[in-house]
Amino acid sequence: MSSAPPGPGPSGPTPLEPNTRRRVLRQGLSVGVATGAYGISFGALAVAAGLDVWQTCALSLLMFTGGSQFAFVGIIASGGLASAPSAIAAGSMLGLRNALYALELTPLLGVRGPRRMAAAQLTIDESMAVAVTQDDRRAARLGFWVTGISVYVLWNLTTFAGALVGNAIGDPRTYGLDAAACAAFIALLWPRLRGRDSIAIAVAGGVVATLLTPALPPGIPVVVAAAAALLAWRGPRETDGSAGVATP
Amino acid sequence: MNLWVAILVAAGIAFATKLAGYLIPAQLLSGPRTRRVTGAMPVALLAALVATQTFTGPSGTLVVDARLAAVGVAVVALLLRAPFIVVVVAGAATAAGLRWIGWG
Repeated sequence: MSSAPPGPGPSGPTPLEPNTRRRVLRQGLSVGVATGAYGISFGALAVAAGLDVWQTCALSLLMFTGGSQFAFVGIIASGGLASAPSAIAAGSMLGLRNALYALELTPLLGVRGPRRMAAAQLTIDESMAVAVTQDDRRAARLGFWVTGISVYVLWNLTTFAGALVGNAIGDPRTYGLDAAACAAFIALLWPRLRGRDSIAIAVAGGVVATLLTPALPPGIPVVVAAAAALLAWRGPRETDGSAGVATP
Repeated sequence: MNLWVAILVAAGIAFATKLAGYLIPAQLLSGPRTRRVTGAMPVALLAALVATQTFTGPSGTLVVDARLAAVGVAVVALLLRAPFIVVVVAGAATAAGLRWIGWG
């Protein structure tokens, strides 16, 4: 941002130290590369679920929140167009956490106007995690933008590549793409299972959804199972108190 | 509902949710209970998705097949701290392999 000599001035902000700057850039870009890599699996799964390549790309460009995208196509895969309302509901509930991230980020980023729209679109698990773990406000800003932009660019490129791969594959079951969806969901869940409370909520959600599956149309059991989150109403029984808020 | 409409509605809600966090006064969303429940929602939903994607068979029946083995392998990979993409590929390969030898 500035090439002013290091050291705090009497007034105005201190420039970001070159070392800090390099560290934050490296951190943001590596998170971008790691996250971008699994855009491949999203693209392939979305096409296997029955979306075309452009619909798959539209989800990554416009929705841009990985867990919600996986949930949306997972439910479409099991129930087709008839389950679209459940797919929208599950995807939207899974995205609620982004509003909490935005709350945390508001004072750090101090954005207005078009920049605020851009910041909103880039508000996801990864950009929040990199931003809030910096110990300086300008490092947090840099971390947010570098991570958000690199994830956005790579996630969309790899989604497109994955969709082309998925299109070429044919029957998704032959390559275990249906099982890849199960593995993707458990991998998204895993880092959030910290403490007895979050494990109890996960077990309740899984059991409720399984028991309701034979009785209800596809997708609806998942939406109903979200009620298991109400178990967090009473508060933590343990010291960590972070029932499921991911800070990878 | 047309699939394009569903995609645009879902994307619109996702963006509105993110933007809301920047516009809404913090007190409205930051009560400890609201925070805890919203924070726990991904746990409940993702667990429900793991369960339904693993056990749902044709027309809503519950089945045990290669997908459960894939989830088992995915859990082992996660315990070994494998990155996301490795977990997904290991799960897919497990199911594909089992089906290739004629099970599940």
